[in-house]
This record gives sequence, structure tokens and C-alpha cells, in this order.
Amino acid sequence: MSIDIQKIRKDFPILDQTVYGKPLAYFDNAATAHKPLQVINAIDEVYTKYNSNIHRGVHHLSNVCTQAFEDARIKVQHFLNAPNAHEVIFTRGTTEAINLIASSFGETFLNKGDEIIVSQLEHHSNIVPWQLLEKRKGIVLKVIPINDAGELMLDALEELMSDKTKLISVAHISNALGTINPIKTIIDKAHARNIPVMIDGAQAVQHVKVDVQALDCDFYVFSGHKIYGPTGIGALYGKEKWLNQMEPYQGGGEMIQTVSFEGTTFNELPFKFEAGTPDYSGAVGLAAAIDYVNEIGLENIAAYEHELHDYALEKLAAIPNMRFFGTAKEKASVISFMVGNIHPFDMGTLLDKMGIAVRTGHHCAQPLMQRYNIPGTVRASFAVYNTKEEIDRLIEGVIKVSQLFG
Amino acid sequence: MTINEIQEEIVEEFSVFDDWMDKYSYLIEIGNDLDGFQEENRLDNNLIEGCQSKVWLHAELTDGKIFYTADSDAIIVKGIVALLVKVMSGRTPDEILESELTFVEKIGLKEHLSPTRSNGLVAMIKQIRLYALAFKAKQA
Repeated sequence: MSIDIQKIRKDFPILDQTVYGKPLAYFDNAATAHKPLQVINAIDEVYTKYNSNIHRGVHHLSNVCTQAFEDARIKVQHFLNAPNAHEVIFTRGTTEAINLIASSFGETFLNKGDEIIVSQLEHHSNIVPWQLLEKRKGIVLKVIPINDAGELMLDALEELMSDKTKLISVAHISNALGTINPIKTIIDKAHARNIPVMIDGAQAVQHVKVDVQALDCDFYVFSGHKIYGPTGIGALYGKEKWLNQMEPYQGGGEMIQTVSFEGTTFNELPFKFEAGTPDYSGAVGLAAAIDYVNEIGLENIAAYEHELHDYALEKLAAIPNMRFFGTAKEKASVISFMVGNIHPFDMGTLLDKMGIAVRTGHHCAQPLMQRYNIPGTVRASFAVYNTKEEIDRLIEGVIKVSQLFG
Repeated sequence: MTINEIQEEIVEEFSVFDDWMDKYSYLIEIGNDLDGFQEENRLDNNLIEGCQSKVWLHAELTDGKIFYTADSDAIIVKGIVALLVKVMSGRTPDEILESELTFVEKIGLKEHLSPTRSNGLVAMIKQIRLYALAFKAKQA
């Protein structure tokens, strides 16, 4: 099946606008993707038709809203092919999900001297929560290095794993380079030594089909807003055996069984980890986004994005002094580059004037930028609604800026 | 010339550009021409780190006047830095503290002074004034 891009573009009202008098060309999809009407309308419907606090009321609207929220959970369960719906915890996003694991898994299982392994290409969200644990619990953070192409050096992983390793936490796809990491291999190697693995799927679920049972990962986390869903909602999949043992993350309503001043007992999964009124409208929006993606088909989306990626890569490569960062064999539709030593801020500022939105800077992956000894990169990331015509404008813009800097 | 006269002169210079491309080319030229920042002053305590770009600012008091030298790793930022130095350097602390920076907005580059740009410029302007306050206190 081929996809009808013009029809898809009509689903995204935000695309139909001009910036500084030029039509918007949006290539900052790895930061956040735009929302189709199907998602916007689903959220609209929550507030215009059945808004009510969930799991608490006996009245009609509360039941409708609770049902919509729990249906969204089942949608995420099927999307990840998780065995059980109660293994899906709604969070504010990937960052909160990782913080939840660091906090609750850390509280339950980690002691002074224990080791956590991450990689050199991680987003700060998968570095800083563990560094906080280093301070709090005296654990030690170990780092899988990357080669010049931006691929994890798996030989090093073998040496990093030890009897002290309690968790490996790596990105499925690098946000700054687009590298698709060999997570199945990592999980198998880790499990051979009884080490659980967490996968940061923030950059992956919108590009590749994820099956947590086939992967056998212990945790998998992602954000709604990068897969055409709303901001402020994300999900954490965790194996029941871990989640049941882990301490709660936050305390409040919904996560309790009984509360007295003598002591409190906690609710069962998934509610134990969802303190307070959850973002049910966000969850409904996320469910609509998953439906949207499923309807087009993730394989179709991925194939089209690859086509865009290869088209852009070939044209960019022809520009003198082009430097690519991240040339892994397995790569998602993200291109990180610099032209000579033109500062990414300068490139981004001037492209913006042409109506072209790219990301510039360190992409919240400063250790990775240090690895390449650069201040940052210009990153163009593609989504299902981008076109080759837009890429032509990007290329034209990059050439124009390069000439300006002589 | 007073601070305001120099600001007016800059506004005049930029008024010939009706195309953003020409304006930015000129800014890049000014940025490339900025020198005077001594390598020995490229110190961490002179560094103003924005999320997107870095600015270094050094200040010295000579004969009651503050002389600023500055640099940035991004050329567009460096161009604006050069203009700020041109306006503010060689002034007494009082002149700096009483001044109102209006030229950046008038030449249509106000967006670069937005905190959301995170390019170090907002912090640089704050730092210029802090130096003036500090030198004034020292003189008193």
C-alpha cells in the first residue's frame, strides 16, 4: 500500500501556515510531532461530552470517562504487545517514566556499589535520573561507548557487565543521531546474566513496530507527543514481576487501598503507580494517535520516512564541507549534520528565516556532543507528513546559508 | 558620541537593508570582524553559557571607564555582541547604568534577546550592567 501524502497533510491543520511569509517546512519531528485532527477531536470530545474524574464516581459520566481511560490503556497494551493491561502505567512521558523506574526500582533493588549501564548516546533523560541515584544511593553509572559511526560498541558491554550490574538502560533509537540500537542483542546478553533491561523508546514507537514480548525487555517507555499524540502523556510498560515488587513512585489518591494514620496499603497494578487524577484526556488522545498510526500502518510510515531520509541524505551529501554525525547501518529518519564549522545556531537561525524548522544544539545529549567534540548539530527529522518538495527547500536553504558563510 | 547617538548610528546603518538576507550578511560580517578578545580571557568565569551558543565577556576599568571585550562561538550572536560592545564599551559605570538599549529592537533583531532563544545574549546584557554596578561600588 502506498500512502496518500496530500490526504495525510490535510489531517494536520498546523502545517497549513506561513512563517515569515514562507510556507512552513517542519523538520523538528524528533522533538515533537504535530497532531492530526483525529487526535485533536478525540481530546475535544472528552471535554465537550464526558469529562469526569475517573475511578471515583458512581455517576454516568465518570463511568464513561473511566472506560475511555482504561480502553486507552488496552490500546497501548496491544500497541506494544504487552501481555497484560495492568503492566501499562500512564506517565507524563518518557522522562517521567524513567524517573519512576530510577526512583522505584532504585529504592527497592539498588544498594551502594551497585552498577547501572547506559550508553554514550543517551538523552539526558536516561542519564540524569541515574546520576541522582549515584548521589542518593551511591550506585555507579557505567557507559557503553560508541564508534565514530554512532553505533554502540557491544564488545565493551561484555566487559562492563558484572555481578554488580543491576540494570541496563538504553535508547531504542538515538534522538541525536538516529542510530537504531541492537536492543534484542543487548537484552539477550543481559538476560544471560540475569540483568534486567529498560528500553527508552521515545524515538522508536513512531518508526518501528515494538513487541515487548518478542524483545523480552523488562521495561519499555515512550512519550505520546512524538507519535502524533498530545503532550503530557506517555506510558511505561514493565513486567509484572518487577512492578509488583517496586516501591510506589508518588503518593496520593488512586494509588492507595486503605489509608489510616497508622499505615497505608497500596492499590494493585497499575494504579499503585498512578497517584492523583491521571491525564485521562491525554490518554484518550494517545489512543487516537495509535489508531491513526495503525490505520496508515507503521510499516508504510517507516518505508515512506526512509524514502525521505535517503532522498535528503543524497542531496545533502553533495553540499561541499558537509559533515554527517551518525552514519550507523541501522538508522531511523533523522539526519544530524554540520556544514564545515558553521555553528548550528547560525544555520538554524537562517533556515528559520526561510520558514524551515530544524533542531539545533546538543539535543539534550551533551556527552554525545563531547564524544564528537562539536558544540551541537543541525538535526532534520522526518515524519509521515513531510514531502520531497519540503526537503528540496531544506537543501536550497542549507546551500544558501553555506554560501553566506563563504 | 553618547550611547544614544551610537545606537542611532547603528539603526541608520541597518535601515538600508530591506531584505533579511542582506541584514544577516552584514551581521555576519560584523561578527567576523570582531576582534580584541584576548585568549587569556577565555576563562570559565567569563563564560556565559546559553543552551544554543556561548558568549565570553571580559571587562576592565581604565580611567573611570569600562572597556568590554567579548566573543561568541556563533557568528550571528557574535555580530550582535560586537554591536553591544560598540555601544557600551568605553563608558563610565553611570552612563551604562542609565542607558536604555533600544537599537536591537529597532534593527529588527529583538527575537535574539528573547530568553527562549537561550543564546547567551540576555545574560550578557545583564552581565554588562552587573560589571557597571560592581565597578561603581568599587570607585565609591
